[in-house]
Amino acid sequence: MSAGLILDGLLAVILIWLAWAALSSRDLFRAIVLFIAFGLVLSMAWARLGAPDVALAEAAIGAGLTGALLLATWGRLRRRRSSKEQSQARPPDGGDNAD
Amino acid sequence: MQTERDPCEPGVVLRGMLAVLLACVACGLCWLLWSAPLAPGLGDAVRAASAQSGIANPVTAVLLDFRGYDTLLEIAVMTSTLVGVWALGPAPKLHERPPSPVLLGLDSALIPFAAVICGYLLWVGATRAGGAFQAGSVLAATGVLFILSGRRPRLGLPDAPMRWGVVLGLATFLVVALAVMGDGRQFLEYPPGSTKTLILVIEAAATVSIAVILAGLFIGGRPDREP
Repeated sequence: MSAGLILDGLLAVILIWLAWAALSSRDLFRAIVLFIAFGLVLSMAWARLGAPDVALAEAAIGAGLTGALLLATWGRLRRRRSSKEQSQARPPDGGDNAD
Repeated sequence: MQTERDPCEPGVVLRGMLAVLLACVACGLCWLLWSAPLAPGLGDAVRAASAQSGIANPVTAVLLDFRGYDTLLEIAVMTSTLVGVWALGPAPKLHERPPSPVLLGLDSALIPFAAVICGYLLWVGATRAGGAFQAGSVLAATGVLFILSGRRPRLGLPDAPMRWGVVLGLATFLVVALAVMGDGRQFLEYPPGSTKTLILVIEAAATVSIAVILAGLFIGGRPDREP
C-alpha cells in the first residue's frame, strides 16, 4: 500500500464525489465552482498518470477558461432573469422590451 | 449572493440515480483495469520514430508531425466555433463595474509574467511538456483578465486585429502544409532537415490563434465595427 496508491485512490474518490456534487447541486453558482474544482483535481490526476501536457491543458482550458465561460453565462442568466422579474412586476407597457 | 429557486433543480430521485450511475461507471472502470492486462500501446513506436523527426517531446511529435492532419482539423474546428459564436449576434455589453484594486494590482504582475510563460511554453514544447495549446490558453487567460479589469485598447472591441488573429493559425498551417508539397512530397510531409523550424512556425501562429479564439469565446459575440 504505497503512498502513490493511496494518493491515486483519494484522487479517484474525490473526482467521483465532485462530479456527483457538481451535477446534483441545487445552486447553479455552487455547481460551477465545483466544476472548476473538478477540472483542477482532474489536472492533478493527469499529472499522476504521467501526462504533463494534458495536465497543463486541462488546468488552463478545462478548469480555467471553461469556468470563466460558465461564470459569465451564469451572470448573464441572472441579469436576464432579474430584469424579466422586474418587467413582470411592473404593469406591462405596450411595446416594452425587457432586454 | 442570493440563491434563486431554479425551476430545473434536481430532485432526490435524480440525484440518487446520478450517484448510482457514477458508482457503476467507477466500479466498471476499476474492474476493467484490474481484470485484463493492459495493451502495450504505441509508446515505443513513437519514441523510436521521434528520433527521426527531430523533436524530443513525443507528444509534440505526435501532435504536429505524425498526426499533423488531426491538429489541422482541430484548429479548423476551433476557428469555425468562433465563427459560429460570432454568427449568433453582437458581443453583449459587459456589466461595467469598477474592477477591484486587488485585480488591477495583480494584473500589472500577472500580464507581463503570463507573456513570458506563454513564450516559454511555446519554445519548450519541442523538448519538454508544453506546446501551442498550452501557451495559447495561458495567453487567452491573460486576455480574459484584461477584459475583466476593464482595460481595453479602444472604446469598442478591436475588430480587424481580432479577425486577423483568428485566421492566422489555420492559414499558416495550410500554407505550410501546401508549400512542402513542392518537391513531390505529400500534403503536410515536412522535408527532413527543417521539421523543427516548420513546426515552430506553425505552433507560433497557432498559439496566437488559439488565444484570440478562446478570448473571443469569452467575449461571446461579434466585435463592433469601428467607424
